[in-house]
Amino acid sequence: MSKNLRFKSSKLLDETYRISFKFNNKIYYGYKGDTLASALLANDVHLVGRSFKYHRPRGIMTAGSEEPNAIIQLHDNTSRTEPNVRATEIEIYEGLVASSQNCWPSVNFDIGGINNILSPVLPAGFYYKTFMWPKNFWEKYEYFIRKSAGLGKSPKEADPDIYEHKYIHCDVLIIGAGISGVIAAKMAAKNGLKTLLVDEKSFLGGSTTYDNSEFSKINNQIASSWLEKEVNEISKLENLEIKTRTSVAAFHGYNFLLARENLTDHLPINQRKNKIRHRLLKIRAKKVISATGAIERPLIFDNNDRPGILLSSAIKKYIDLYGVACGENIILFTNNDTAYETAISMTQRGIKVNAIIDNREQVDSKLSYEVEKNNIRIFKGYTVVDTYGYKRINGLSIMKLSKDGQKVIGEKIKLSCDSLGVSGGWTPSVHLFTQSGGKLKFREEDQVFIPSKYPSDQLCIGSCNGDFTIEEITANTILSIKKFLNIKNTNYKTLEIMTGINKSKRNIWLLPSDKILGKTKSFVDYQNDATAKDIKLALREGFRSIEHVKRYTTTGMGTDQGKLGNMHALGIISETAGTKMGEHGTTTFRPPYTPLTFGTIVGRNVGKFFDIIRRTPIHDWHVINNAKFENVGQWKRAWYYPKENENMHQAVQRESKAARDCAGILDASTLGKIDIQGTDASEFLNRVYTNAWSKLAIGKCRYGLMLNEDGMVYDDGVTTRLDENHYIMTTTTGGAANVLGKLEDYLQTEWPELDVYLSSVTDHYATISVCGPHSKKIVSKVIPNLDFSDEKFPHMSFKNAKIGEIKCRVMRISFTGEQSYEINIQSNYGKSVWEKCMEAGKNFDITPYGTETMHLLRAEKGFIIVGQDTDATMTPIDLQMDWIVSKKKYDFIGKRSLYRSDTIKEDRKQLVGLLTENPEEVLEEGAQIVTDIKKSPIEMLGHVTSSYYSPNLNKSIALGVVKGGKKMLGQKLIIPMENKNINVTVADPVFLDKEGKRLNAKL
Amino acid sequence: MFLINCPFCGEREQSEFKAGGEAHIERPKQPTELSDDEWAEFLFMRKNIKGVQFERWNHAHGCRKWFNIARDTSNDQIKAVYKMGEKPPVK
Ligand SMILES: [Zn+2]
Repeated sequence: MSKNLRFKSSKLLDETYRISFKFNNKIYYGYKGDTLASALLANDVHLVGRSFKYHRPRGIMTAGSEEPNAIIQLHDNTSRTEPNVRATEIEIYEGLVASSQNCWPSVNFDIGGINNILSPVLPAGFYYKTFMWPKNFWEKYEYFIRKSAGLGKSPKEADPDIYEHKYIHCDVLIIGAGISGVIAAKMAAKNGLKTLLVDEKSFLGGSTTYDNSEFSKINNQIASSWLEKEVNEISKLENLEIKTRTSVAAFHGYNFLLARENLTDHLPINQRKNKIRHRLLKIRAKKVISATGAIERPLIFDNNDRPGILLSSAIKKYIDLYGVACGENIILFTNNDTAYETAISMTQRGIKVNAIIDNREQVDSKLSYEVEKNNIRIFKGYTVVDTYGYKRINGLSIMKLSKDGQKVIGEKIKLSCDSLGVSGGWTPSVHLFTQSGGKLKFREEDQVFIPSKYPSDQLCIGSCNGDFTIEEITANTILSIKKFLNIKNTNYKTLEIMTGINKSKRNIWLLPSDKILGKTKSFVDYQNDATAKDIKLALREGFRSIEHVKRYTTTGMGTDQGKLGNMHALGIISETAGTKMGEHGTTTFRPPYTPLTFGTIVGRNVGKFFDIIRRTPIHDWHVINNAKFENVGQWKRAWYYPKENENMHQAVQRESKAARDCAGILDASTLGKIDIQGTDASEFLNRVYTNAWSKLAIGKCRYGLMLNEDGMVYDDGVTTRLDENHYIMTTTTGGAANVLGKLEDYLQTEWPELDVYLSSVTDHYATISVCGPHSKKIVSKVIPNLDFSDEKFPHMSFKNAKIGEIKCRVMRISFTGEQSYEINIQSNYGKSVWEKCMEAGKNFDITPYGTETMHLLRAEKGFIIVGQDTDATMTPIDLQMDWIVSKKKYDFIGKRSLYRSDTIKEDRKQLVGLLTENPEEVLEEGAQIVTDIKKSPIEMLGHVTSSYYSPNLNKSIALGVVKGGKKMLGQKLIIPMENKNINVTVADPVFLDKEGKRLNAKL
Repeated sequence: MFLINCPFCGEREQSEFKAGGEAHIERPKQPTELSDDEWAEFLFMRKNIKGVQFERWNHAHGCRKWFNIARDTSNDQIKAVYKMGEKPPVK
């Protein structure tokens, strides 16, 4: 290292702990406690990235989470790789590898830099204006734009780290542990309140931690020493929980906040194993105190973005906290007193302050006198008009400001420097406050937005509330906390404060230049390369609302949400439009305050914990017997059971044939089951189903169709009358929870007078369905005591029975059209009864079949599947199921809607059967159905909803919905596919055994 | 995420509840007597106001009871919680 930029005796760093790290393939050294930014600066590295649009060289600009430029890629090309990490936030550790992003092939030679030269032709909205025309060229442009754009790379492998979520409930949450947060925490905790104090930094105290100057004293002690004692004291308080490296991401209504606690990112990689990386804290606080501080404003002038240009407060922080000088010949440019504090810190360490350029004509404060005493030149009433140096600033020129601050006058003076500190005053960090719904007001004197209306039980204190001097901060904090927490006595009597700061400020949003605006590059948003010129252009083109200007120019749309420049954008808009600040709205800050990793958001809900998995009691048998599964809602259902090398089609064809030729067995346990009891149970069913229920005899089953109030089919299933006032309803697998909810809703809100009780019993029973010509013989062997004769046990009836000592219910119902029995038994016996059925069916070639075969078999019979053959636009009439709609019943859910002018239209889409001209051709589900392919555009008549090759009919069959389909029987239609048109004929949707002979095994 | 004071269980997180739309829309007792327009009024027409709105909520992951709330849609403040069948509080 040629330059000596590192000082000893920094409070934060452990100088005995040296750490090596790699940045852009070069090895550097820093100390424990350094951020990547402070360590790079100590190595005289300012250039860390390229800007997004013009690929201009950019350097570290700040020392905190507001950083727009120094966003880097961490852990190149590993599963831990992470883009957009702020170098100013990441603490270095042994093994850190980082690199610049948004540049190719390297940060020093970046091909995209050509955009900087082309920039006169790349104004705001350029992409919208140019590449959207001609319209169909967008695809071609997009390829190139996407290639050269983008911030960083996402990892390609699964995240190896562990994350978790935690709920915290507290009386008081304090966000930010600067001086006001520390005072508030002490007051709250000492007053017996359960208090949580969080700060995004690794230490407590905020900027006062390194406020070491003689010009800032509390009770006659240097401010930093006074605060150190306070911090030590609160660390021992019982009621106070302190979380550092914890950044509040979101502040929602009802004082619900999300914070990310960073637990391992500062540790060497080899110490992170099996440790939780980030913890998402879900905080519910009775009261919230925001002490989120303020962010220093940059100044907007030509070429204000060169590497080496930093916020003046950042230069001070690097010196006083990290012991790092940002250069050896530094100029400060300011419109207020803050930069003088930086100048004093620099002279204390012997760093050369070449000059201070001050917008103000009058400068008089203890600080400025001290600076003048040190023979530092102060150019009063001057502004910077340009800067020089490509990859690092090497000089600048200044000119005198006119009286009104709108022009520059006089001679241009050139000055040399290797770093420039800028200060445009301070902007309160009201991001979280506004996220919570808080309203701001504009304070004219120093041109800041401050909190005005609280939407919940909360308070803003310190500089985020617009108090910028230490005496205002301490006095107002103590006063407002006393009131807010209703505290009688405090440990803080009056604090004696001494400060050298004078609050005067000369605010000019866009500093004038000797060049015309069109020739300048005065950056407002560094990360997104939005300039003052772009904002003025947006206004010229008619954009007024800040939200529109923001989107058009992309100001504030980067990963930093424009924490530095949003105020200037608002200022330039109001100046140009001649309106009051805030009149065009203020930008809305949205969560998260700083980016969160996906891991933090997801927590432990990854892999098999991503969602609940429901398995039937017979699941293990299916697994052993080679079933393939499909997801139906949260359920795993056996889909088909391939034998040897069978593919799905072959397995389904075999299973389907076996079910009709001999016997099939299906696990139907997932069907929803609702137990319905009460003296009004029959009346209730009458109201919720379209058909009549009061006359259903005990021991009988009936198929029911349930509508929404709008007349559209909602669910279906068989319901059995177990006793006078006792029914069991089955629902579709996916609809079970919603049906129960809907029935409860009606019972509680519309018909509270009905004596009906509902209970979900889906998981209580295993349901085994045995079908086929041999089904009766099989179930008779499993339940020998039950009379299975057609006379005693006809189709659509039910019997109570016993298998050994275990009670079960047997329903003779069929979804396949075959003779079929369903055994319902307590879940834990499900697998054993299934195995008994398999054993009993051995001689009859009993074949287990899955959902795919079930779908095929029911399609042969033209039975609908709600949700596949219907969507929320099909009435029972559209489904040609008029037979199930009672004409006699006065009312049922959806009845009135069945004769609305719209639902009685004849040309609604109606369910029909479809047969292909070539019986081998199987249609694609979802394919469009048309009649005239010459017309342009072709009229879409409907689409195919179910389609299979039927091994029992030896031809392709399909169901579909077609406009006016009911009247089209026998008509030819066309299914246009990508490379051919398929001819089909409209047919009866019942393809097999229309007479229902098979239900009694009469083949 | 707001807190809702279920009249049967007490204060719980919003995530335990399911919203059920505008309250006090009674299902007509004699739907067949209604014209298409009258039925459509019941079926489709819902208010979406800025200010205090009466809503149905269900404690779906709790007692499963339905009840009503008066919520200010501009700031999500819940002004009142009351049982089904009870009259809405006066604004
Ligand atoms: Zn409840």
